[in-house]
Amino acid sequence: MIDNQRKNKIALMMIHFITLVVVLILALLLIDIFSRGLPYVNWHFLTGASKPFQAGGGIGMQLFNSFYLLILTMIISFPIALGAAIYLNQYAKQNWVTSVLRTSIEILSSLPSVVVGLFGFLLFVIQFGYGFSIISGALTLTVFNLPLLTRSIEDSLAGVDKAQLQGGLGLGLSKFETIIHIVVPAALPNIISGVILSAGRIFGEAAALIYTAGQSAPQLDFTDWNPFNAASPLNPMRPAETLAVHIWKINSEGIMPDVTQQSAGAAAVLLLAILLFNFLARFIGRRLFMKMTSAKAK
Amino acid sequence: MKNINTDEQYFYPFEANEPMAIATEALNVYYHDEYHAINDTSLQFKQNQITALIGASGSGKSTYLRSLNRMNDEVAKVTGTIDYHGVDINQPDIDVYEVRRRIGMVFQQPNPFAKSIYDNITFALKRRGITKKAALDEIVETSLKQAAVWDQLKDKLHQSALALSGGQQQRLCIARALAVKPEILLMDEPTSALDPVSTAQLEQTMKQLREQYTIIIVTHNMQQAARVSDYTVFFNAGQVVEYNKTNKIFTRPKIQLTDDYLSGNFG
Repeated sequence: MIDNQRKNKIALMMIHFITLVVVLILALLLIDIFSRGLPYVNWHFLTGASKPFQAGGGIGMQLFNSFYLLILTMIISFPIALGAAIYLNQYAKQNWVTSVLRTSIEILSSLPSVVVGLFGFLLFVIQFGYGFSIISGALTLTVFNLPLLTRSIEDSLAGVDKAQLQGGLGLGLSKFETIIHIVVPAALPNIISGVILSAGRIFGEAAALIYTAGQSAPQLDFTDWNPFNAASPLNPMRPAETLAVHIWKINSEGIMPDVTQQSAGAAAVLLLAILLFNFLARFIGRRLFMKMTSAKAK
Repeated sequence: MKNINTDEQYFYPFEANEPMAIATEALNVYYHDEYHAINDTSLQFKQNQITALIGASGSGKSTYLRSLNRMNDEVAKVTGTIDYHGVDINQPDIDVYEVRRRIGMVFQQPNPFAKSIYDNITFALKRRGITKKAALDEIVETSLKQAAVWDQLKDKLHQSALALSGGQQQRLCIARALAVKPEILLMDEPTSALDPVSTAQLEQTMKQLREQYTIIIVTHNMQQAARVSDYTVFFNAGQVVEYNKTNKIFTRPKIQLTDDYLSGNFG
């Protein structure tokens, strides 16, 4: 008996210790990156254009590109992922077709992003002739994002009580009606959390974009919102270096005098954005859930 | 071990002119093409009466109930005829959504949607094109009154239904089913998740509903069957053993197996 209690105590201590190590690593990482980068972050840095040969450049274009690419990717990938998740969770029968589908999704989700990037380069940039452009990048990121987003939406749908679907059917509603109007809204808090978390992944992705969205961030004219004009920020056919690619690039071949500060500042901003996505995911998910269930906050 | 004769059956002889709400003829249900869950069951259910389906777990009573409004369509193969107003609603070309609207269902676990009380009731109506607020308001009020929960809920119609107690949720589910104006109400162990007080209240409500609706209820609680129902069907191993007036089946059952079950000798 005593022995069991001791074993339990030791196991518990080990688990606490391991958890502490994880938290410490994260904390050290954050402190290091922020303490090195945040001093250089100011309004000029956040909005200014980058300068390849002089000191004092900013990351304005890259920051905008990252958000624009993220939104485009989500617009393309969310409907597909939602449809796939609804099919897999509600309609797919347990047979070999479904099993092949699931295996494909799993394999797709474990492909290295640089390979997905090369695939995007060959298909979208070369074959389709989209060139190094936002649209090439967004399509490539869709390939990269789809499996995980599908999986996360499917899990959210699976978390909804089957009785909800039964309730809808019992009232004489069609299965599709019930899924769209009852099951999906009930899963919405978790779906939104999943979407925002995957947004964080997309935002920080570099390898898949180097050969697709390109490594140059031409000066944008923020007074021109016509997506068909070359200098318009909304033009999907222009090359667009994102923040993550920018960090990779100036670290590997940057020749501006303040390259260290530039990269540290950009890294801090990137990390800040991703942290923000994570907190938003938790916050919005919880708020939505509370609003829908009137449950008290836990 | 007593020798149980499973071939013995007794069916209450209804008069030919008694009004029937729904009847099945030679209904068979198979799961996965092999497991024979319901065997050749022919029953008729009298209008404006409460008929209880009782039997041990796995006897097929729930399966039978869910076949009546085609809720088994996706999970089982159902053969035979279901006669509803002279129409065989077990045919493939029948509009199952219309069937389920006319033959409503209340489930074992209260399953209100993650919406407000008001929206829970009006959702199906809106999908069917009833959008006038006055009409919806009226249906919400009448159906909640029929489910005997209007007084408790009238001041919080726009709050989430998930915040209600189990008993209130189940009444809301009944109101929701009544709102689409069904003729028959199928109840699948509707009180199994409720406390004794809520159960007693719900049974009272059922008796009131009988005046306007035909109710078929599955219950594993024999006292409940005795308290609320007019007729009782005893299922065993996918087959009807005895279908009799409730007061008769509980006092002088015709079949030995029924007697054994009711007196707790098996099941």
